[in-house]
Amino acid sequence: MSGRLHIDIPAVEEAAKLLYIRALKLLPDDIKRGFGRLDAAETDGTAKTILATMIENIAVAEKTDNLLCQDTGIPIFNVEIGRDVEVDGVELKDAIRRGTARATKEYPLRSSVVHPLTRKNEHTSSGIRVPVINIDFVDRPQTLRIEMIPKGSGSENGSFLKMLIPADGIDGIKTFVIDRVMEAGGKVCPPTIVGVGIGGTSDLCMHLAKVAATRALGSVCEDPEGAKLEALLSNAVNALGIGPQGLGGDGTAFAVHVETAATHITMNPVAINIQCHSARRASATFTPSGVEIGF
Amino acid sequence: MAHHVFQMPVDEAQARKLRVGDTVTFSGSLFGIRDATQIHMFDRGRKARFDMRGHAVIHTAPNVRKVPLSNECPAGYQPVCVGTTTSDRMERFTHPLMAQYGVRFVIGKGGLREASAAAFREIGGAYLAVIGGTAALETTWIERILDVDLDDLNPESLWHFQVRDFGPLLVAMDSHGGSIYERVRETAAGRRAAALAALGVKA
Repeated sequence: MSGRLHIDIPAVEEAAKLLYIRALKLLPDDIKRGFGRLDAAETDGTAKTILATMIENIAVAEKTDNLLCQDTGIPIFNVEIGRDVEVDGVELKDAIRRGTARATKEYPLRSSVVHPLTRKNEHTSSGIRVPVINIDFVDRPQTLRIEMIPKGSGSENGSFLKMLIPADGIDGIKTFVIDRVMEAGGKVCPPTIVGVGIGGTSDLCMHLAKVAATRALGSVCEDPEGAKLEALLSNAVNALGIGPQGLGGDGTAFAVHVETAATHITMNPVAINIQCHSARRASATFTPSGVEIGF
Repeated sequence: MAHHVFQMPVDEAQARKLRVGDTVTFSGSLFGIRDATQIHMFDRGRKARFDMRGHAVIHTAPNVRKVPLSNECPAGYQPVCVGTTTSDRMERFTHPLMAQYGVRFVIGKGGLREASAAAFREIGGAYLAVIGGTAALETTWIERILDVDLDDLNPESLWHFQVRDFGPLLVAMDSHGGSIYERVRETAAGRRAAALAALGVKA
């Protein structure tokens, strides 16, 4: 297809509003299937009851058209811009901010966002540098995709960074993951997706952990070395007995996801970001044929 | 593993009957409380006007809609989505809540630590686990928002809910020193070496 895709800014604002509310209500199918898998494998009675209640909650949210969880989170928007897309980037960011504030006021949603020092809540789910807006460019023709993630705080507080050194090796990385999952226990609302960033700089490492934590279940790290670690670590964290809600059982994590980046010869950074079981996301894809809403 | 049904408030003897592993369902009053609420109550000397003696508090900051005053919404707020937050951040407030306000039950997710366990032992109370992230379901147990205090902290106000058949909740910490979280921590610590060995980590 030739030509350019022009992005209509009011449509971005509408999409941002719609995505925030939709993400809070509907869980993606991969997460629903994840619950099914954990439930089938669970051997602990209490844990099975907890998983059944979580599954029931997904159905109640759909039936009553309500939010899955009270935590409206910190709104994150990941924007992927393909080739031959015409968009004013400054206006795009403003439209996302306006859509976020409108969702909060018009629904109404709880604004979970405050100034970090005064703790003042503007009741718009917005503030300095929030919503978080990440923009990247991808090799796809005439496509702009906006992914919305309302990141809940219980699991976001389960974030850790360690600037390991080369002598700590991969053993240091593995030990760090196990120890931090133990430390987080039930506080991060298990079953979780444990996102692990490996390499890069300190900030890139932390960002990779978030990318890993919010990736769809069933997706695999593109770096085969990272993919190997994912499988190993997933089994290991589920052998700890922490279980759903930290009340014991097999199902501590749906999965451990890993993302990697090249790093410095003197460095071996590892970061963890955890996604709670309310692993919410929604997306809008703009193409020449219109806007498609999905997960 | 008994199931207890309460009409709130409860007394010390009722609270001390609870054992880890029991379940609880209750009706009547429930108070919503959170980080900012308790920072203002206990660090900044603000006094809450509600009588919480014998009652349960839940770690929450709900989604609400502002509406005109009515019998359904006597505080001018309609519940939209009421759930639970992680309790651990509010660990140091359990004792003053119980000692100064007479609270018997703390409801939340993820558990509390030793200072709270000591308060439950000393004063007579329990931690009741509600399943985090299941707010759509929890909201169906809330009948009305009866009143609100410290509302300048909204959504972290002190909320007075009227609830019906709230639960079942799991008694996860009791007044006899029992804590499921402590047991799970010990289990995980005991399995750590095997998990690392399975990962090929050299001891």
